[in-house]
Amino acid sequence: MKLRKIIEFVIEKLIFLCGVASILFVILIFAFLLKEGISFFREVSFGKFIGGKYWYPISEPPQFGILPLVLGSLLVTLGAIIISVPLSIAAAFYISEVAPLKIKDILKAAIEMLAAIPSVVLGFIGMVTLVPWIKKVFNLPTGLTALSGSIMLGLMAMPTIISISEDAINAVPRSYKEGALALGATRWQAMYRVIIYAAMPGIIAATMLGIGRVIGETMAVMMITGNAAVIPHTFLQPVRTLTATIAAEMGETVHGSMHYYSLFAIGIILFAITFIINFTADLFLHRNRK
Amino acid sequence: MKTTTKQKIAFGFLLLCTVIVVLPVLFVLAVIIKNGSSAVNWEFVSAMPRDNMKAGGIYPAIIGTVYLVCLSTLFSLPIGLFAAIYLHEYAKENMLTRLIRLAIVNLSGVSSVVYGLFGLALFVTFLKFGVSILSGALTLAIMNLPVIITASVEALASVPYSFREVSLSLGASKWQTVRHSVLPFAVPGILTGAILSLARAAGETAPILFTVAAFYLPNLPHSIFDQAMALPYHLYIISTQIPGITREMRYGTALVLVGIVFSMNIFAVIIRSKFRKKKKW
Repeated sequence: MKLRKIIEFVIEKLIFLCGVASILFVILIFAFLLKEGISFFREVSFGKFIGGKYWYPISEPPQFGILPLVLGSLLVTLGAIIISVPLSIAAAFYISEVAPLKIKDILKAAIEMLAAIPSVVLGFIGMVTLVPWIKKVFNLPTGLTALSGSIMLGLMAMPTIISISEDAINAVPRSYKEGALALGATRWQAMYRVIIYAAMPGIIAATMLGIGRVIGETMAVMMITGNAAVIPHTFLQPVRTLTATIAAEMGETVHGSMHYYSLFAIGIILFAITFIINFTADLFLHRNRK
Repeated sequence: MKTTTKQKIAFGFLLLCTVIVVLPVLFVLAVIIKNGSSAVNWEFVSAMPRDNMKAGGIYPAIIGTVYLVCLSTLFSLPIGLFAAIYLHEYAKENMLTRLIRLAIVNLSGVSSVVYGLFGLALFVTFLKFGVSILSGALTLAIMNLPVIITASVEALASVPYSFREVSLSLGASKWQTVRHSVLPFAVPGILTGAILSLARAAGETAPILFTVAAFYLPNLPHSIFDQAMALPYHLYIISTQIPGITREMRYGTALVLVGIVFSMNIFAVIIRSKFRKKKKW
C-alpha cells in the first residue's frame, strides 16, 4: 500500500517535470544561442550588424552586415505571402463551407500530403522544374531568384494557413450563418458579409503562422534562391535569406571564429522573429476562443 | 445580376483557388514518380554508394535515417506523452499552464535551422556528444515535441469525462484513473501523432546538417556516437553539391524519401480512421 503511494508520487512528479519541459527547452534554446552569439556582439555592435550593407564574413577585414540577408528574407516572405494568403483563404472557405463531404475529405488529405512533403524534396523539384521555367519565361541569366523562392515557399505555407483558417471558419457559431440565411442572404453573402468577419482573428493568426513558417524555412529556399548576399531590388534576382546563410556557411566555419559566432547571432535574430510572430498569433487565436 | 448567379461565380472562383492549391501536390508527386521509378530497384536501396556516389545505392542513407527517426522518437514520445497528460489531466488553469502552452507554440514555430544551431551548441559542443546520431536524434526529438504533445492532448480530450468520473468514484487514484481508464482509449490518437512526427523527422534536413550528417561514409554507423548519412541530406548534396550525378539517382533518392514519409502518413491515417469506426461512445 505504501509502495503504491510512493510510486504514484514519483510518477506524478515525473509527469509534472515533462509538463514543464517545454518551457525548459525554450529557455535552453535561447540560452545556448545567446551563449555562442554573445561573443560576436562583444566585437561588432548591434547597429552595425543589423544595418550593415555588406556580408563578407571571410574577407580581410570581415564585414558582418546582415541587411542584405534580412531584406532577402523579407522579399521572399512578402512574395510567398502575396501568393499563398488569398489562395489559402479561398481554399479554406471552399473546403469548410462549399465542398460536399466526400470532396472535402479528399481535399483535406491532399493538403495534408502537401504539408508532409519534406522541404528538401520541394527544393529539389523546384530546382529541376520551376527554376528553368522562370529562367525561360522572364528571359533571365539565371532562374535562381527571389520569385522562385516565393512560389515554392508560398506552396509550403498553404497547408498551415488553410488548416488554421478552416478551424477558425468552423468555430464561427452556426447561429451567425443561420441568422444571415434566415434574413434572405445567399450562402455566398453569408460567407463574405458575416462569416469572414467572425473568423477574422483566426485568419489573421493563420496568416501570421504562415509567415513564421516561411521566414524559418531553410532547405528549399537555400536550393532555389541563388544565395547571392546582395541587397535585392526586384523579385527577379538572386537573394540570400537569413536561414540559408546559416545552413550554407556553418559547415565551412572554424569552430570559435567570428564567422562561427556571427551565424549564432543570426540565429538569435531568427529566434526573436519567430518568437514574436508566434506569440502574437497565439494572442489572436486566444481572442477567437473567447 | 441575380444574387444566385453571383454565388455561382463566387463558388466557381473558390473552387478554382482550391484546385490551384492542390494541383502542385499532384504535379510534384507525378514528376518524382515518373522520373524516379526507373532508378529505384533492389540494388538502389540495398547497396553502398560507389564511384563518388555517382553509382550504386543509397543504403547507408536509408539506415542513417531509420536510426535517427527511431532514436528521436524514443526520446520525444515519453516526454511528449507525459507532458500531454500533465496538461490535460493534471494542470489547473493558471499562469504556469499558460506559460507551458506558450512554450509549446514557440517550439513549434522555431526555424528548423535554428534547431540545428541549438543542437550544435548544446549536444555537439557543450555536452561533447560530437557530430553523432545521438546529437541529431536529440535535436529532432525536441523539434518534434510540440507535434506529439498536441496530438496526445487531442487524443486525451477525446476520451469522455464520464470514464474518469466512474473510475474516481470507485476509489481509484488520479494516476490509476489515467493509467487504466483514460490512456487505453487514447492510444490510437497518440499513435497517430507519434507516426506523423516520425514522418516529419525523417524528412527534416536543416536540424541534422551540423549535428549528424556525413557527406559520405564507407561504413555503416556502429554506435549512436557515430556520424551517419541521412536520406534528406543525401538528396541535398547530390542535387546541389556534387556535379555529374545522373538524373535517375536524384529522382530515385527523392522517390525513396517521399515514399518513406508518405507511407508513414498513410499508415497514421489508416490507424486513425480504423479506430474512429470502432469507437462506441
